Amino acid sequence: MRYHTPSSFDDAARLAAEASGVTRFLAGGTDVLVQMRAGAVLPDDLIDLKKIPGVTEIAQTGDGGWKIGVAVSGARLGAHEALVRDWPGVVEGMELVGSTQVQGRATLTGNLCNGSPAADSVPGLVAAGASVEITAPGGRRIVPVEDIPAGPGKTTLAAGEVISAILLPPRGAGGGDAYLRFIPRTEMDIAVVGCAVNLRVDGGRITEARVALGAVSPRIELVPACAEAIIGTSLDDAALDALAGAASAACNPIDDKRGTVEFRTEVAGVLAKRAARIAYARANGD
Amino acid sequence: MSKMHVTTTVNGDEAEFLADPRETLLDCLRDHLGLTGSKEGCGTGDCGACSVTLDGELVCSCLVLGVEAAGKRVETIEGMANGNELHPLQRKFIEHAALQCGFCTPGFLVAAKALLERNPDPTETEVRYWLAGNLCRCTGYDKIVRAVLDAAADMRKEAA
Repeated sequence: MRYHTPSSFDDAARLAAEASGVTRFLAGGTDVLVQMRAGAVLPDDLIDLKKIPGVTEIAQTGDGGWKIGVAVSGARLGAHEALVRDWPGVVEGMELVGSTQVQGRATLTGNLCNGSPAADSVPGLVAAGASVEITAPGGRRIVPVEDIPAGPGKTTLAAGEVISAILLPPRGAGGGDAYLRFIPRTEMDIAVVGCAVNLRVDGGRITEARVALGAVSPRIELVPACAEAIIGTSLDDAALDALAGAASAACNPIDDKRGTVEFRTEVAGVLAKRAARIAYARANGD
Repeated sequence: MSKMHVTTTVNGDEAEFLADPRETLLDCLRDHLGLTGSKEGCGTGDCGACSVTLDGELVCSCLVLGVEAAGKRVETIEGMANGNELHPLQRKFIEHAALQCGFCTPGFLVAAKALLERNPDPTETEVRYWLAGNLCRCTGYDKIVRAVLDAAADMRKEAA
């Protein structure tokens, strides 16, 4: 295995494009090293992105949004007060990933690129309307987060393409987001269902909403029907029931000992309601 | 497979070793530097027996490559006692019998020390969540949590 430490994303993309064997990018490494140890992935070229300037930084962009470096750990994300104030749902999703030790290394970008349908940080990003900056040998492009997952363990990134930053939009007035997951225990587990809700209120009425579900289909998905169920409402009981129905209807889950199809489908509706209530309260400043 | 020369700082002292780039920091600490206090329980980041700090951040050394430690500060269990004087956490683990087989203990101590450096007065709940990534199959955790709370009180010069 060749271990590379490029000093720019252009170099990282070029190394990946020129590599002929198995290639992996290394950010926090909490998935890649486990796969290497299990023998599931034995890279010929491992490209460590952590020597690239800026990858551990969280910066406010000119429009009031946020640019999050690909090596920012969950611990660093959670310690950033201004970001937590703007996007608590995004941060609480990431903070559910693994233990304190894993939080010291694991990253949003790695959680996204690992391609797990149950990735806890991804529904929050999708609901927030986050995008990723992709660097390829030909240049850079911006892609919505929901376009990256392509099924369990797969992404839409082509060979030679590397995510070089995560971009969150400006929060703006009257906004709130939240992420909830169901697990059979209280800590250190993988989501059986995950749901993120991001909305904006004006005078108590919801004017914008985005809802994303995790662990209930092969890809983490944005569910427009959920958003439609609550836009224009003040999140009354009828709106919440419509939201729950839309969330359950969007489910296409696996059936296993951690959660049956019926259970996951029902819980998706319950979590959508609860997450929406939290996001609504946050949007109202409660 | 060519090995890479790594220079790093371990427990305040400069250390160097030759590492295959596939080797974990845990392998390098144990096999190249002879620091066998950090244990391998699972090798997949679940059990915390290999806990160390890397530039002050608590991590599983089985989830870090040895070559990634170049130019960084690594703190291990071997750096915890001051000569023959045990760290208050080590003393309290003994007083409370917070260990039986002892395999998980270095990881618990390193993780608990990282907690008390950030939060000198944690609640029991905070201790339990912070240590959720450290597994112990002997004690049932209760004595460990008591030892950490008592050590925290001791370090604040209070009686628990």
